[in-house]
Amino acid sequence: MKRSITRLLMAPSVIMLLVWMIIPLSMTIYFSTIRYNLLYPGQNNFVGWMNFEFFITDPGFIPAVSNTLILLLSVLIITVVLGVMLSALIDKPFFGQGIVRVLLISPFFIMPTVNALIWKNMMMNPVYGIFAWISESLGFEPIDWLSSYPLVSIIIMVSWQWLPFAILVFVTALQSQDTEQKEAAQMDGATGWHIFRYLTIPHLARPIAVVVMIETIFLLAVFAEIFVSTGGGPGYDSTNLAYLIYNQALLQYDVGVASAGGLFAVLLANIVAFFLIRAVGKNLTV
Amino acid sequence: MTLNQQRKLKTILTGLFAWTVALVLFFPIFWMFITSFKTELQAISVPPSLFFEPTLDNFRIVQERSDYIHHAWNSVVTSFGSTIIALVIAIPAAYSMAFFPGKRTKDILLWMLSTKMLPAVGVLVPIYILCRDYGLLDSKTALVIIFTLMNLPIIVWMLFSYFKDLPKEILEAARMDGATPWDEVIKVVLPLSVGAISSTALLSIVLCWNEAFWSLNLTASDAAPLTAMIASYSSPEGLFWAKLSAASTLACAPIVIFGWFCQKQLVQGLTFGAVK
Repeated sequence: MKRSITRLLMAPSVIMLLVWMIIPLSMTIYFSTIRYNLLYPGQNNFVGWMNFEFFITDPGFIPAVSNTLILLLSVLIITVVLGVMLSALIDKPFFGQGIVRVLLISPFFIMPTVNALIWKNMMMNPVYGIFAWISESLGFEPIDWLSSYPLVSIIIMVSWQWLPFAILVFVTALQSQDTEQKEAAQMDGATGWHIFRYLTIPHLARPIAVVVMIETIFLLAVFAEIFVSTGGGPGYDSTNLAYLIYNQALLQYDVGVASAGGLFAVLLANIVAFFLIRAVGKNLTV
Repeated sequence: MTLNQQRKLKTILTGLFAWTVALVLFFPIFWMFITSFKTELQAISVPPSLFFEPTLDNFRIVQERSDYIHHAWNSVVTSFGSTIIALVIAIPAAYSMAFFPGKRTKDILLWMLSTKMLPAVGVLVPIYILCRDYGLLDSKTALVIIFTLMNLPIIVWMLFSYFKDLPKEILEAARMDGATPWDEVIKVVLPLSVGAISSTALLSIVLCWNEAFWSLNLTASDAAPLTAMIASYSSPEGLFWAKLSAASTLACAPIVIFGWFCQKQLVQGLTFGAVK
């Protein structure tokens, strides 16, 4: 009896997710094998691997793949490393801790489109932006961030959004750390660095795994920041896979090539997920 | 210096450092907020002005130009609607997996999470065509369905981690007292997990509220939530910073304030309860 009831309870979730996965995916697979350009209706003949060839030989392909991975890795490293360091530093109670927490978490709630607009216009603008004003006050030439360092600009925006999240997770985790253990180590003459390295870092293994997993899910699909701020440019300098496929589908109306690109993105995400789940799975006991 | 004095000094330094980091990270939001009360000229003045006579004109213009209330209502309907539906579907699934785990429970959970690895852009075209064929383009219904499915794996995971940590003894005691499975869920499991369910709901609402990809691509004006409204201000002719800031402030304020009140629950929720 139990077995059938549990299946019944799980059925809606499983069936809906299956449908959500299978229908669009099979349509994408079908589209990727036909000529399908919205500008030339009625010419939808079978073309085999041609769309894949077009996508892979597109001048934007290699930059898009490398930008996707660079963006993912940089933001992961920045948020985890800075997150661990900052949270270790602000772990102890101090005046106004509650307000500091509130301020720190805020960027996480800012929508990606607004995030991009604030940074593009008010921070990084080479004439009126805060960065330009700071560098001029210090006697340097202002930098046109979005056109000179487009990918770095995107990395800054995305890291700004996710660093608070990492800090908060780590601070929360640190508060459950055994203080007696730390004090005992101090008594035995351990330095701050030793305590950090041998007690704090191991204690944070699981939270780090959680942060890496959640961020990866969202970072592989970064779109709004690029769409709003750089439009993938200049050239392909800040185009990631998501943006390249979007460009093929909705700006060049080539559904066939975009579908081939979509399948490639699925493949890449699964490769990343494979390593990720292996690395993180150990820390996430089901 | 005595040891006590040293400790005090350390606390003060830590505090100063924490405040500096927090203020630096918060600065862009503060600046957006401040700019929304400036005139366009003040907004682009060099050096940036911190003291000026605040004006509410920008907010009035934003409401006139893009009907803020209409888009905000779309955001509320789509994020709350999809969250409620997702919870109704996910609670039974998470309950059965946590309390009656089978051999394949772990595989099913990992598979669910792997559907989140399917990049949205990879299936944009099919979904777009399906929506077009069923007359769902620019409709709240389409967004609610998509947001529900988008967050379902994460919601199931979170609830599963909470349910799994509930003490089994309580359920056994209820069963001894003759509770049916239905009683068990309604009278024991749900009351014990109010916190968990609400933090899951909070997270889902935040994610839906800020979702931009689907709302940008599937809505035009009728169903456009705030994320899509904001994007219209990024076009060249809309490039007026003070108005842009006012629109951004209006779009983010509800969810930021909402988040401030619920930050503790959110962190627990976001980490699948793995961090306590």
